[in-house]
Amino acid sequence: MKYPDDLKYTREHEWVRDNGDGTVTVGITDFAQSELGDIVFVEIDENDDEIAKDDTFGTVEAVKTVSELYMPVTGKIAEVNEKLEDEPELVNEDPYGDGWMIKITLSNKEELEELLSSEQYQEII
Amino acid sequence: MGKRTPFYTVHEQLGAKIIDFGGFDMPVQYAGIRKEHMAVREKAGLFDVSHMGEFIVSGPEASDLIQYISVNDVTKLFPGRAQYSAMCYDNGGIIDDLIVYMLADQKYMLVVNAANKEKDLKWIQSQNTFDATVEDKSDQTCLLAVQGPAAPEIVRQLTSVDIDNIKFYHFDTGDFAGAQDVVISATGYTGEKGFELYFDAETNDPVKIWNELMRVGEQFELEPAGLGARDTLRLEAGLALYGNDITEETTPIEARLGWITKLEKGEFIGREAIQKVKEEGPARKLIGFKMTEPKKIPRKGYKIADNSGQEIGEVTSGGLSVVLDYGIGMAYVNSDVAEPGNEVSVMIRNKAVSAELVKPPFIKKK
Repeated sequence: MKYPDDLKYTREHEWVRDNGDGTVTVGITDFAQSELGDIVFVEIDENDDEIAKDDTFGTVEAVKTVSELYMPVTGKIAEVNEKLEDEPELVNEDPYGDGWMIKITLSNKEELEELLSSEQYQEII
Repeated sequence: MGKRTPFYTVHEQLGAKIIDFGGFDMPVQYAGIRKEHMAVREKAGLFDVSHMGEFIVSGPEASDLIQYISVNDVTKLFPGRAQYSAMCYDNGGIIDDLIVYMLADQKYMLVVNAANKEKDLKWIQSQNTFDATVEDKSDQTCLLAVQGPAAPEIVRQLTSVDIDNIKFYHFDTGDFAGAQDVVISATGYTGEKGFELYFDAETNDPVKIWNELMRVGEQFELEPAGLGARDTLRLEAGLALYGNDITEETTPIEARLGWITKLEKGEFIGREAIQKVKEEGPARKLIGFKMTEPKKIPRKGYKIADNSGQEIGEVTSGGLSVVLDYGIGMAYVNSDVAEPGNEVSVMIRNKAVSAELVKPPFIKKK
């Protein structure tokens, strides 16, 4: 399984890519998609307000189980990956690419520094 | 690390994801639940279910012991006939569900759930005031299930037993893939045609039997299938799972198992309590339901509400029907409203989502 070095990670098995423009892209890790198995729906809550770090922003339904999605940082949801509506399997097939879930407009850039590195993440899984 | 079946290395080599189930390290999936599920519905799947418990009950009063501890009528059995049954406490609560095989005169095999094996064995021994012997053969008994429309074709090629004459819930004993005394049973937990194969792990070569099945099965696109697919398949087929849909808190009457509960057969443990529930009517009943909103999946523990928001039940099994592509489940619902066709809500993360009560099975085979 792969955990690219240019991404940050959370204990909730999400990855965060700093887009450098005040936004981050968020998805779930290779480990997470593998543990969940066949993903059948990704549901992102409709919420235009600022959502605090660690609050839920949606759910992933797999055949076998359901898992909540947690905000890795505080911010507003700027964009949702509409492709997942019809192709949730992209999360299994390409978790760091086409399987991304949301983009967040950061409220506090410093929160990025609290996230785990690839190496730190691999130690906890 | 849990206990391992003789097929553990095979599962690892196939890249299975391993989980703990009933104290065993078991494969939950290989290629993916969806693929394995569809293989069983359309072609065939091979399951290692050797974690199940097997007890041999023998002796002059073996039949009397089984008759006393189980709800079905064991006197209806003959060698070659199997029977679905349950064991209950005095209060009617279900200890376990099981299959009773009559192997020979005065000799039976009871097949029980892995997670309940120790509890069941202690219970049966504690009730054994009969001239009968109870032996736990679980550790040395392998169980492979070949399930799906192509299963008979595959099984036929590996045995001289005339499998076409084995009717549902019947079995025969004979050679299989070089092994001897294999119980070839027309049973399963998927709602498909298929066979369950019981054999001794010590006098046979279990991995060879698995490999022979995979070799012969290749042309039929036989897929190894894990416990994940076993669960989604049994749910579509409307089959109850112990620990979810049936527990010590439920009696056979409310669990839709009245058909295996033979109150007229004579004395047995739990009879009076079950009779009372039957006469008075249970407060709740197990019933199926399907989600009528797309992309909503019910899970165990979710509450069921009526249209006014009043709680009327709880989901005991739920998931996506891989074949139907919508959420299905089973729930205990208050008896006065537990009727197929009734519209209810399933509370999914505090939101009421529309569902309709239905009578399982969710899929009907042609």
